[in-house]
Amino acid sequence: MARRIVVVVKHVPNIHSARAFADGRTVRGAEDGSLNELDEHPVEEAVRILEGLDEPERAASEIVVVTVGPAEAVDALRRAFQLGATTAVHVGDDALAGSDYAGTARVLAAAVRKVAADGPVDLVLAGMAALDGLGSVVPALLAAELGMPQLTNAGKLELDGATARVERVVDGATEVLEAPLPAVVSVNDHINRPRFPNFKLIMAARTKPVTTWTLADLGVDATEVGEAGARTRVLSAEPRPERAPVELHVDAGSGGEALAEFLVRRGLV
Amino acid sequence: MTRTISVVLLDDVSGALRGPDLELLTVARTLGTVRAVAFDAPSDAALEALGAYGVADVVRLDVDGEPHLTGVAAAALEPVVDDARVLLARATFANKEVLARLAHLTGAGLVIDAARVREHEGLVAGWKRVFAGSWDVDSVVTTDLALLTVRPNAVRPEPAATAVSPVVRVVALDAAAAEAAAGGVRLVSRTLHEVSGSARPPLAEASVVVAGGRGTFGDFGPVEELADALGAAIGATRDAVDEGWIEHDAQVGQTGVTITPHLYIGAGISGAPHHRGGMQASEVIVAVNSDPECPIFEICDFAVVGDLATVLPQAAAALRARQA
Ligand SMILES: Cc1cc2nc3c(=O)[nH]c(=O)nc-3n(C[C@H](O)[C@H](O)[C@H](O)COP(=O)(O)OP(=O)(O)OC[C@H]3O[C@@H](n4cnc5c(N)ncnc54)[C@H](O)[C@@H]3O)c2cc1C
Ligand SMILES: Cc1cc2nc3c(=O)[nH]c(=O)nc-3n(C[C@H](O)[C@H](O)[C@H](O)COP(=O)(O)OP(=O)(O)OC[C@H]3O[C@@H](n4cnc5c(N)ncnc54)[C@H](O)[C@@H]3O)c2cc1C
Repeated sequence: MARRIVVVVKHVPNIHSARAFADGRTVRGAEDGSLNELDEHPVEEAVRILEGLDEPERAASEIVVVTVGPAEAVDALRRAFQLGATTAVHVGDDALAGSDYAGTARVLAAAVRKVAADGPVDLVLAGMAALDGLGSVVPALLAAELGMPQLTNAGKLELDGATARVERVVDGATEVLEAPLPAVVSVNDHINRPRFPNFKLIMAARTKPVTTWTLADLGVDATEVGEAGARTRVLSAEPRPERAPVELHVDAGSGGEALAEFLVRRGLV
Repeated sequence: MTRTISVVLLDDVSGALRGPDLELLTVARTLGTVRAVAFDAPSDAALEALGAYGVADVVRLDVDGEPHLTGVAAAALEPVVDDARVLLARATFANKEVLARLAHLTGAGLVIDAARVREHEGLVAGWKRVFAGSWDVDSVVTTDLALLTVRPNAVRPEPAATAVSPVVRVVALDAAAAEAAAGGVRLVSRTLHEVSGSARPPLAEASVVVAGGRGTFGDFGPVEELADALGAAIGATRDAVDEGWIEHDAQVGQTGVTITPHLYIGAGISGAPHHRGGMQASEVIVAVNSDPECPIFEICDFAVVGDLATVLPQAAAALRARQA
């Protein structure tokens, strides 16, 4: 059967750049921003699900990537196009600035519902964590908002007709979970290895249209999101105090003793 | 009316309470009258510890369903927080999601992975170290109820000035409610991993961690030797895990376990951002590496340029000699 899959992806500061806050918010400039690396995996997983379909069904299938963020977040969608997404939605609105977990999930849920208004959505895929906020809670909140089953942190995903089955390793246990579709599934970085985009997709990604929705388009009240709707408020965000310069010991036969002496001196043993 | 109850979700009450749970009880006491909650019946040892930490009110959640399902656990907890100001839980993956669902049910604000918790102008504040340990963010929860997951080693556990006698009451979630809360999810199977070398503390909550990387070339012997001398847990890089040198549960990093010990010692580890994301918030960082230019030295307090195969055993011997 044809599948319609929504993948929610976040635009985050590149982990190799000097990440920073300004006015209590993450700096997400276009130069050093990127698609959250862990969100390449749900996009790849969606591509694989479509590849498993017969041609006419595949042609009737769709991978819709959705991001909530500032204007620069469109870069993350372009990257998702390179990885095989077919349609992209950017939810942008000045009122979104300062959204917390609850606000983010509420807006994503409204966007998924709007996508579903054009035709049923079988599956909502997400990454296991965004590498800036590192909350790992948006998928669970999104499932709650949508009233869909949650299958999170999947290291394996199988779709069998109208059922999804995942295997996951969490907190020292291996679990197998099952739920009827549509469901929200978040996947970890062991589930697959995202492919390097081919030339054709890279070229096409530049010009593919991105749909933009505002809060008004989604019917979400501006007071429910952003700073206005947030249930948490940032008091301060400061660079970590400088560490004392490293004590460097070059081993010439007594490196281990020097290490032990350091631990004793610092009261660590 | 201001709420004064501070709820602690205990992870394992089958034996004596472990360090991280005692830390939570210690923090919770600074925020109000403590209520302890567990999904199992507390053992005598657990009750004794609760008494010593001043907890009179103990709730056992009796769930007629699968409490390992996030939705079910959250529904079971809902009535226990309706008069509470704050709920604290250990920063495990399962707890993060349970608290997220509970936040959804109650409208509460949520802070994930707080390294410190305190009161700020009548509100509960959570402080965390983010962006691979390079920034410190402090935020307050502005709703009546605050839900926080708290990292291990946030405070030193401290019993109350006076002990009390805990009274256990049962709060139940019936089969129909549990079924509805599962939301269609079914747990097909759940297998706990064998804990190898169980004499060592669990990685996620250890106050000392010795980690090995590619520089071990597959021989974790020196890493284990130093870990044993320090009573430390063992960690590893993803590369060491991918090579099959050590089990996956040992992976430290942004997609492995995040650790915040008092002391982290990394041996034969270059210090890639993916690894640093999981350990850089450690209080004291020590590294042993043969390459004086390796990136991990930039974030160290103490570094030894040398071969880990000789440096670690020598350090272990020196520490053992001191203890003898
Ligand atoms: C350092 C830092 C600390 C924060 N602490 C808190 C806090 O304590 N409490 C709080 O309420 N908020 C907090 N926030 C805000 C919160 O991170 C944002 O609301 C964020 O958009 C969602 O959380 P996350 O980044 O942790 O995502 P995660 O829950 O880690 O993301 C998991 C997955 O959800 C999807 N996803 C997440 N965000 C988006 C998005 N914007 N668009 C599309 N898909 C998305 C992606 O698939 C991602 O892989 C914090 C933000 C930062 C940068
Ligand atoms: C999506 C993604 C997620 C990832 N997640 C993680 C994660 O969660 N955790 C993680 O750790 N990695 C993760 N990685 C991998 C990460 O990017 C690095 O590749 C990895 O951390 C490097 O491991 P290493 O330090 O052991 O190896 P290397 O980078 O090869 O470093 C080995 C070090 O050992 C030193 N050395 C060699 N011989 C000796 C000796 N005899 N004595 C002392 N030192 C010696 C060398 O000088 C070198 O610095 C991830 C990668 C990706 C793409």
